[in-house]
Amino acid sequence: MSQSHRLAKGGLIDRSKPLSFTFDGKTYKGYAGDTLASALLANDVQLVARSFKYHRPRGILTAGSEEPNALVGLRAGARHEPNVRATVAELYDGLIAQSQNRWPSLAFDLGAVNSLLSPFFAAGFYYKTFMWPASFWEKVYEPLIRRAAGLGKPPVGDDPDIYEKAFAHCDLLVIGAGSAGLAAALAAARSGARVILADEGPMLGGRLLSDKRIIGNQSGLDWVKATEAELVSLPNVRIMPRTTIFGVYDHGVYGALERVNDHVATPPAHEPRQRAYRIYAKRAVLAAGAIERPHVFGNNDRPGVMLGSAMRTYINRYAVVPTKRVAIFTSSDEGYATAHDLIAAGASVQAIIDTRADATISAAHDIPHFKGAKILRTLGNKQVQSVEIELADGSTRILDCDGVAMSNGWNPAVHLTCHQGGRPVWDDKINAFLPGNLPAGLSVAGAAQGHFGLKDTLADGFRLGASAVDDLGFKAPAIAMPDTDPESLAHTPLWRVKTSKGKCFVDFQHDVTDTDIELANREGFRSVEHMKRYTTLGMATDQGKTSNISGLAILGEASGRSMAEVGTTIFRPPYTPVALGALAGHHVHKGFRPTRLTPSHQWAEEQGAVFMETGLWLRAQYFPKTKNESWLDAMIREVEITRSKVGVCDVSTLGKIDLQGKDVGTFLDRVYTGTFSTLPVGKVRYGLMMREDGFVQDDGTTARLSENRWLMTTTTAGAGKVMAHLEFCHQVLWPELDIAFTSVTEQWAQYSIAGPHARDVLKKLVDARHDISNEAFPYMACGAITICNGIPARLFRISFSGELAYEIGVPNRYGDALIRAIMKAGEEFGITPYGLEALSTMRIEKGHVAGGELNGQTTPRDLGLIKMVSQKKDCIGKHMSERPAMLYPDRPIFVGLKPKNPKSKLTGGAHFLDKGAKPSLENDLGHMMSVAYSPMLKSWIGLGIVKRGRERIGDTIRAVDFVRGTEFEVEICDPVFFDPQGERLRG
Amino acid sequence: MRIPCPFCGSRDSQEFSFLGQAGLKRPDPNAPDAQKQFHDYVHIRDNKAGVTKELWLHANGCRSWITVTRNTLTHEITGSEFASPLTKEAAQ
Repeated sequence: MSQSHRLAKGGLIDRSKPLSFTFDGKTYKGYAGDTLASALLANDVQLVARSFKYHRPRGILTAGSEEPNALVGLRAGARHEPNVRATVAELYDGLIAQSQNRWPSLAFDLGAVNSLLSPFFAAGFYYKTFMWPASFWEKVYEPLIRRAAGLGKPPVGDDPDIYEKAFAHCDLLVIGAGSAGLAAALAAARSGARVILADEGPMLGGRLLSDKRIIGNQSGLDWVKATEAELVSLPNVRIMPRTTIFGVYDHGVYGALERVNDHVATPPAHEPRQRAYRIYAKRAVLAAGAIERPHVFGNNDRPGVMLGSAMRTYINRYAVVPTKRVAIFTSSDEGYATAHDLIAAGASVQAIIDTRADATISAAHDIPHFKGAKILRTLGNKQVQSVEIELADGSTRILDCDGVAMSNGWNPAVHLTCHQGGRPVWDDKINAFLPGNLPAGLSVAGAAQGHFGLKDTLADGFRLGASAVDDLGFKAPAIAMPDTDPESLAHTPLWRVKTSKGKCFVDFQHDVTDTDIELANREGFRSVEHMKRYTTLGMATDQGKTSNISGLAILGEASGRSMAEVGTTIFRPPYTPVALGALAGHHVHKGFRPTRLTPSHQWAEEQGAVFMETGLWLRAQYFPKTKNESWLDAMIREVEITRSKVGVCDVSTLGKIDLQGKDVGTFLDRVYTGTFSTLPVGKVRYGLMMREDGFVQDDGTTARLSENRWLMTTTTAGAGKVMAHLEFCHQVLWPELDIAFTSVTEQWAQYSIAGPHARDVLKKLVDARHDISNEAFPYMACGAITICNGIPARLFRISFSGELAYEIGVPNRYGDALIRAIMKAGEEFGITPYGLEALSTMRIEKGHVAGGELNGQTTPRDLGLIKMVSQKKDCIGKHMSERPAMLYPDRPIFVGLKPKNPKSKLTGGAHFLDKGAKPSLENDLGHMMSVAYSPMLKSWIGLGIVKRGRERIGDTIRAVDFVRGTEFEVEICDPVFFDPQGERLRG
Repeated sequence: MRIPCPFCGSRDSQEFSFLGQAGLKRPDPNAPDAQKQFHDYVHIRDNKAGVTKELWLHANGCRSWITVTRNTLTHEITGSEFASPLTKEAAQ
């Protein structure tokens, strides 16, 4: 029987568009405009989920985003999404949904045995039961509990969909497009202000879609359509359906999630599934409405039990009668409206059970009407079959029914008002928490402010929409208040049925019962914050939207305090769950870490270079000669050729900063440990830069290109940090200095040409009028030159490899041409390109410090560079680097390390211990910072810091690496392994 | 969070990077107790709950170091100015 619970006519569904979907493998029919929940109900599928802890059968409780029960897995494979609320999942053709947390099947779930063990599963159960032995928690208890209790399973595989981040700006953001929100948007829009109207649902109208109302001389629905049409016609209005404002942040920033393509099977090509917005709003009106409260009574979680307002939504909006023989359980006049709509839809109302003995409203249609009565429990199995009720006189009876509609008053949706620390305030008149102190620029309209009547919501909307934009200097024209049909909202909530039989659920999603809360109170968890954490009330994915207030009331009752005294926990973003993918947007993979390519990249690729990521840069690691050449063999070859002939390496990734002004020398004296003001034009000097706390932050060379123009280089990784540091030093510390500087890292391509034939190669490139002989252009010289017939270039005679070496820089656009030119010029000398491995090996052979040593924890003294610190002047970090502890003789100091067996493959991070010393903190001598295989020494070598290392040159200690499981004997030596006199680089 | 940059106008805080308390004066390196003064300069902060002045760098913007007046209790930002008094002067 297809759609047995679908009404023949009515509703806002499109009957011309029938849709097919499956739930747990079974195929059903629905219509466009349905949610998964309404379509399941239309097919009389009442059992849709198993509960979190007890695996109890659960049905559909609500018709909105507050749904705690009806969580399903949507879609399959990589697009599978767990814990989707069926009540907000729009139906599309071919939708696939699965129930969760059950085995082997939804109808027969072995996990339901937990329910029999429920005395053991009360609040605090985990804390008390799984205490000992401690090691069992991780290995035994947690995996067991995780399997037994829980929600859906994550998808397998990468999400194939794309997500976007977006930004929007407006004068007024209206949150919620019910009667209050539409009124606010309309009033503001007519002033010409820029308005964004956002609603989590696909249609505007809020409760006007669910209740048949009159506004002015038209139906509520027609008023919605007319208002929407006017808003759409205005160019200053942007309507954002399917958009949840999930968070309020500082200074008028609102987080919004637009579900662009959640209502289709797969997004169209190039469209995102979801889009996360930051909306910058000068003012906002929160018109989020209210959430109806369930009753707390025995077995109130059985499928068939539903909120009265939800039942009306299913009837009026979706043309579905969820259950056909309904008992109305109400503490509010609204229960009678539910009865009215049920009867109009052809359902049978078995009785109205009104908890108020003094209810003045009367039941129509000869419905059995019990005042001062309660439902003690539902009976049945996977759906309500009857209820046991207690009448005013204390007698009980069984009432036959297949559903229960609960109405216990409304909780204003104050959630967003809490996001900036606002604390809701209890109001005795409406028996609900109202917004407390509000985020700046936000006002609250309609039901969210506790003004539940339609007349009030409209009046609030018109007033607050207008005043928000008037505040910004707009002039909102007055709007005449339309009449509305009468309604009755009187209610006296009943927080729980104390005489209930069976489990009375407060938090449906986390399986928290009234007795759990009493237990928490008995055990001393009386503060709301403690009770919440002890019982986990309100800590599920629904954040207790339907449960918190009842829970607080029960705690108040148990502890003899009023609601105002008990207070409430506050809500945090997000209002409803937001996928991490949406927050990441396109900032995934390379979009998160873009790749920076060196000027020689294309050329290096042609040479078959193997690349490695260093920071964002992709740099050539080595250039294998044959396919099978290993990195080690290639490195050895590149080093040997460079040291015996000549090699070239792209060093463009080093940070470059162009400094100009008459005070640059003074500035450099203050930021570098050494003196730069005395550096002659045409010379380069090595500089060490400390942080103010005395630790080295970076090193590099600075060249004086002319009297007032200097070029600083930084390490590749330190470029950004150094730039910000220099800007701080200039703008904050010494603004009086006449300097200006900018980063030119990307503007210059730079190559290092190193080796005995470096000058021979260079001579073929440099235009003849420049003399680059050893006499005219000695070690540490620099200058502006031209190469290859007039191409502007900069030449620096500096060496990282320890060889005769030059760095040559050209404007970036010549980078590719220059590497090709260098290789061609070097051909006759047997030139090799070398990669990072060779570069690193050669600097370790020379004992030069780099990233491993400049780790932010070493001072110049630690690195054996104390001679670099001028004693004639102050500089950043000088005083702090000379604190007594920094000069303590036991502080590990920089040395070289050679394994006793040259083949011992040293490892960075190994710790040093004396022979026979136990591995302990007291015995720790220091650690290895860099290692390499030295082709020159034919041995592995390392650089590191060792306690009193300079005094222990020649001693043998152990390098112990527990992570990689190695231990070698190493000899402490001078860190300069190769050419200690530096004769080669001056040649 | 929005930060008013005196050069660029109101911008999202993601464009800025935070350093810390503003208004610290780098000690005279020649003072007799310079090391103690530098210790305090580097490590000791007011950590005030309430209105503070703090340094931000408009890193993804004009690269100005700016002094922002912010209430750490409410996150309210009541002003910002160039950290460099010379830039401040030039801007006026």
